[in-house]
Amino acid sequence: MKFTGSARTAFGLAATVLASALIGSGTVAAQEPIRIGSFLAVTGPASFLGDPEQKTLEMYVERINAAGGILGRKLQLFAYDSGGDAEKARTFAKRLIEQDKVDLIVGGSTTGETMAAVPLVEQAQVPFISLAGAVVIIEPVKKWVFKTPHTDRMACEKIFTDMNARKLSKLALISGAGGFDRSMRGECLKVAPKYGVEVVADESYGAADTDMTAQLTKIKGAPGVQAVLNAGFGQGPAIVTKNFAQIGLGLPLYQSHGVASKEFIKLAGNAAEGVRLPAAALLVGDILPDGNPQKPVVVAYRKDYEARHKSDVSTFGGHAYDGLMIAIEAIKRAGSTDRAKVRDEIEKTKGYVGTGGVVNMSPTDHMGLDLSAFQMLEIRNGNWTLVK
Amino acid sequence: MGGQWVQFLAGGLTAGAIYALVALGFSIIFNASRVINFAQGEFVMIGAMSAVSLVATGTPMPVAIAGAVLIAGVVGLMLERFAIGRARNADVVTLIIITIGASIFLRGLAQLVWDKRIHALPPLSGDEPIELFGATIVPQSLWVLGVTIAIVVALSWFFNRTLLGKAMLATSYNRFAAQLVGIDVRTVLFASFGLAAALGAIAGVLIAPITFTSYDAGIMLGLKGFAAAILGGLGSFPGAIVGGLVLGLLESLGAGYLSSAYKDVIAFVIILAVLFVRPDGILGALKSERV
Repeated sequence: MKFTGSARTAFGLAATVLASALIGSGTVAAQEPIRIGSFLAVTGPASFLGDPEQKTLEMYVERINAAGGILGRKLQLFAYDSGGDAEKARTFAKRLIEQDKVDLIVGGSTTGETMAAVPLVEQAQVPFISLAGAVVIIEPVKKWVFKTPHTDRMACEKIFTDMNARKLSKLALISGAGGFDRSMRGECLKVAPKYGVEVVADESYGAADTDMTAQLTKIKGAPGVQAVLNAGFGQGPAIVTKNFAQIGLGLPLYQSHGVASKEFIKLAGNAAEGVRLPAAALLVGDILPDGNPQKPVVVAYRKDYEARHKSDVSTFGGHAYDGLMIAIEAIKRAGSTDRAKVRDEIEKTKGYVGTGGVVNMSPTDHMGLDLSAFQMLEIRNGNWTLVK
Repeated sequence: MGGQWVQFLAGGLTAGAIYALVALGFSIIFNASRVINFAQGEFVMIGAMSAVSLVATGTPMPVAIAGAVLIAGVVGLMLERFAIGRARNADVVTLIIITIGASIFLRGLAQLVWDKRIHALPPLSGDEPIELFGATIVPQSLWVLGVTIAIVVALSWFFNRTLLGKAMLATSYNRFAAQLVGIDVRTVLFASFGLAAALGAIAGVLIAPITFTSYDAGIMLGLKGFAAAILGGLGSFPGAIVGGLVLGLLESLGAGYLSSAYKDVIAFVIILAVLFVRPDGILGALKSERV
């Protein structure tokens, strides 16, 4: 018995040696794939973020593999559904790092998921490109964490810039109770003084509120109010817009980038006429002027996505596109998947033109977008128009 | 601003009429079975979502509304037949828990059958706001108020003049005695779910142009309707109306004069306060006869 056993071991050893000799002789196809990890809110309340993100990642990983992969290696995507739950996101991040041994992570649909994974990736030293919005992800700068979407602070700044141009300075805020709404409200209050904007009213509404006329009537009575800004997404802003028209406030109304979708126009109907909002170039690719550097990128992404999935493109899928492309560019430049090298190269991303804007990262800026990433839109005749 | 309070009032009445419609559904089922049907909000959602998808296929509005009411009614009947009716000898608490389960199930089903997006229905008669005493309201609000009144009239005729209605009322007073005089309690329960679901669907179709709808729209509407029913006295139809309107007005005035941050809190503080102070609600029958 013993003899047979050791004979078997010997045979096994020989086979292994032979096999590794064969691999050593260099067939590229047998190389390890590049392992890309992701956890996204594909189901649950934030599924409108995670669903297009996952579809986008899958589509482009497939496409890149069909074209031969990167550095002669195929991409392999490890994607998990966090359901928008931070606790699950943390578990999946751990699994990606320890079990799947991914080379980098592109994911995290919401700020909560992202922040839950941050301590893990920092400790394990894995490059992580988040697809979530809030400023806290990159401020203060975390060595291994990056993000692709613009922040709510930038949305506030874009709106205030537009207000300055229209010589409006007294603003009434109305915001929802959700995380996005409150974060944006906080950022707007913070940056308002920098733009000489005075907040004269600050109202809020619940997540499932069906009538905001009371809040808007109060705003109507606020002294000297010149413009109204609604920070929120979902059905709230559409109801605010309808009530706004019903009460006849007759002031300029700004919405946030959170409602930058055709659905908002459909829900709010005629009441949406004249509403202004900041939005990513992706939504308005076809009306961008020809010289805009983003135009070819966003038009191509939109065509790919809509042809494949038969559904309207969303900015969120675009964030995933940008995350994946920034990661791939960095791996190409690094010439390997060495985590430290890839991280350094992501940080050196310069002039990358994505769906979210032109990205110029630096050791102090792990997002790399400026206000030109946002377009100021006005709704006219049920469609977007660019505000010059 | 002199006109401010008029606007608060108008907003409150609109929201109140919506809550009242939902509260009526609670009362019908409560009367027939002593069960608080936590799937009532889902009936509202199913009505609205059905109407949305019927309208999307090009069905004319009146047909879509009828279809939506029919679909919700069938769902209500099926809920009774396959879930509540089978456990009819169980505790009321068990039945209530079944309705909570049913509401989660219906919400999940709606996600699969329809989608997770928010939808709007076109209003019945335009959305040009109407000026009334310095306040503005949308025509749809008048529809909601008007239909609520019409339904109350129809219900009181149904409960006082028809055999099935009287049977339901009798069952609500004393289930055992009703059975003894030959009322088929089983049919009463069955019919009450169909009626409550159809009523919920009417509410859903009426309010969808104002509040929009989505698979999870039923949760908050159900809770607010429940608060209204508790406030007015569970099982009382005038109570449901009064409870709904008072709740809507309190919310609107509270948001206007106190702080809009506390708007939703008001409904739940009301539930607690009523349960502490006057468990039978404003117009609830005093239960001395049950001693």
